[in-house]
Amino acid sequence: MKLNPNHRAVLIGAALTLALAACGKKDEAPKTAEPAATPSSTATTPPPGAPSTAAAPSAGSGKISDGAVKIGVLTDLSGLYSDLAGSGAVLATQMAIETFQEQAKPDFKIEMVSSDHQNKGDIAANKARQWFDTEAVDVITELVTTSTALAVMKVAKEKNKITLVSGAASTAITNEECTDTNVHWTYDTYSLANGTGKAVVKQGGDTWYFLTADYKFGQSLEADTTAVVKANGGKVLGSVRHPFPGTDFSSFLLQAQASGAKVIGLANAGTDTTNSIKQAAEFGITPKQTLAGLLMFISDVHALGLKATQGMYLTTGYYWDRDDDTRAWSKRFFDKHKRMPTMVQAGQYSAVMHYLNAVKAAGTDDTAAVMKTMKATPISDFFAKNGKVREDGRMVHDMYLVQVKKPDESKAAWDYYHIRQTIPGEQAFQPLAQSKCPLVKK
Amino acid sequence: MKRDYLIMLVLLAALIVAPMFIYPVFLMKLLCFALFACAFNLLLGYTGLLSFGHAAFFGGSAYITGHLVRNGFDINFTAPGFLKFISLSVDTAPLTPELGLLAGTAVAAALGFLVGGLAIRRAGIYFAMITLALAQMVYFLALQFPFTGGEDGLQGVPRGRLFGIFDLTQTYTMYFFVLAIFCIGFWIIYRAIHSPFGQVLKAIRENEPRAISLGYDVDKYKLVAFVLSAALSGLAGSTKTLVFQLASLTDVHWHMSGEVVLMTLLGGMGTVFGPIAGAAIVVGLQNYAAGLGEWVTVITGAIFVMCVLAFRRGVVGEIGALFKK
Repeated sequence: MKLNPNHRAVLIGAALTLALAACGKKDEAPKTAEPAATPSSTATTPPPGAPSTAAAPSAGSGKISDGAVKIGVLTDLSGLYSDLAGSGAVLATQMAIETFQEQAKPDFKIEMVSSDHQNKGDIAANKARQWFDTEAVDVITELVTTSTALAVMKVAKEKNKITLVSGAASTAITNEECTDTNVHWTYDTYSLANGTGKAVVKQGGDTWYFLTADYKFGQSLEADTTAVVKANGGKVLGSVRHPFPGTDFSSFLLQAQASGAKVIGLANAGTDTTNSIKQAAEFGITPKQTLAGLLMFISDVHALGLKATQGMYLTTGYYWDRDDDTRAWSKRFFDKHKRMPTMVQAGQYSAVMHYLNAVKAAGTDDTAAVMKTMKATPISDFFAKNGKVREDGRMVHDMYLVQVKKPDESKAAWDYYHIRQTIPGEQAFQPLAQSKCPLVKK
Repeated sequence: MKRDYLIMLVLLAALIVAPMFIYPVFLMKLLCFALFACAFNLLLGYTGLLSFGHAAFFGGSAYITGHLVRNGFDINFTAPGFLKFISLSVDTAPLTPELGLLAGTAVAAALGFLVGGLAIRRAGIYFAMITLALAQMVYFLALQFPFTGGEDGLQGVPRGRLFGIFDLTQTYTMYFFVLAIFCIGFWIIYRAIHSPFGQVLKAIRENEPRAISLGYDVDKYKLVAFVLSAALSGLAGSTKTLVFQLASLTDVHWHMSGEVVLMTLLGGMGTVFGPIAGAAIVVGLQNYAAGLGEWVTVITGAIFVMCVLAFRRGVVGEIGALFKK
């Protein structure tokens, strides 16, 4: 049930009327004071103060706050990123909860709420505060777009609650802005830039030209990749900056074409990337020169089609057709969602699962204890074979360099990638020694 | 007039008890946007100038306040390219919230003076386009300046202590602080509308050549109204930064300029309370419809269509018309 904000409004009205009608009745009072703690029809949470029934038995528990673990999924359900995160991420969370309940048979209840942050930091922060303050939410997950992720991380830190970031990309999340109550799960710009840069040079793409979105994100992506390309013996022939957001990339693409570089690095994101890929295909740039997407998802490839994207290199944290485990999970996901999962959605499942396992292992949903268990337990599931959570909150796992298939190589729908190389976690992500996170002891 | 005071008293009483029933942070957001819409209404509803760049004042001062309250003046600036000779280096302690708000408001007023001074030379669609163009320049600056954090936004702004006494990290203290700011801003607008100055503005709105023929320096009146509107929009933006402890590109994006037009039109432009109702509708939908997932845009759109069809004069305008009959 994700309707409860609306139900809440009704509930507040109803509770108010009740309280006014029956002023003398003392048992009505808690309802007005804490309306959202007994949300709508789900109503599985006992009112605060009532003895918790669910968390009573076994293994020294009874430490689950409000008798239930409540997971908030805050994501973009209606905007630009709803394809790569959105309702698929909500579904992944539901799947994780169901699977966990079947397999682990926990002695606590698990609930989920979800909401659309519309990619606005203030809406995200407001919702997060509301969830923590009035709805006893224990953990907020997904958080695509960095500005919303950072905003919610700050609120969570203040309230001493956990955030699990899957969709946001910036390395700031585990560097300058890191918190000890956050885990950054799926990927970040460093791992994508680093993975693609290093691997493409090794595959023979040793001359680069960058098409860069002219703002902080694009510039840092370009700088990171340039460093990697140079360190691996490649050469950067130049770069051109396009305004953000852009629609017409023709003049920039022609400069890239004229440079004669083997690889054109796309240091941009979202519609800028998809538009530049489309136009590169129209100008006949792509079969001769290779594009390297520095922030691309399978949903982008799906939207653009193989004809426009063929031959492109990109780094991803997850591809559905990698091994039997990924195929099995992705098929479950596909049956419900009718689309194959992006790395953000698969990572979301993995993150929620790891969190729930940690709650079970720790026997409590206390933030410090769960964070400790999450960091102490290695991750081994379909998503990450040998993952671990570092002290800066970075979840380190293997990344994959993939090349987009040619249309005639693709045998079925969503059969899009050749996996060219597995990049081990410690090489894929920013080394801990370089981290600017104050939590890292040097 | 008497009715206005009565409504104001009822509204104030409602707002004082409201946080017991409605989530206070949501109410604070509502108050900030209501002030923003009221300030905008001063220009659109009472002077007849449709600015499409008010996000620049709202977001610009949000960034200024956020930065000053978080880091103080730590300008270490050298202009790029041939402007290299312009450089500045200052470093002070972080500002207290009240000074941060004042600084944000002052910057918005100054920005309003610049934008207004250029834009009021034209009318109608050209006025709207000039304000939009200048606001896009502010957006561009917000995107490029290092202190704004670009896409990531300016995060982790401390709320601090008001006058060194009141701890604004307490939700209720913050709420009443925001309520006080809203009341002050609203009172300024109300007084401006009902003063001789406001009468002249209305005269300009109704018939500009006639106002000129009566001997009023129309441009000056327009400019003052513009600066006042910009300053109060800035005050709203600064307050919002303190409430949410962040400023982001959303605040300076032209969508925000559009949203405030929408709030004013929905509530009823040229009515005293209309923008408050409009802000409540828009912000309420954003917040409470968010749980509906991908349907949020469809539902919001449908409600707007219904409002436009059913309430031609805006919600409050329509109610006002009922009473007049």
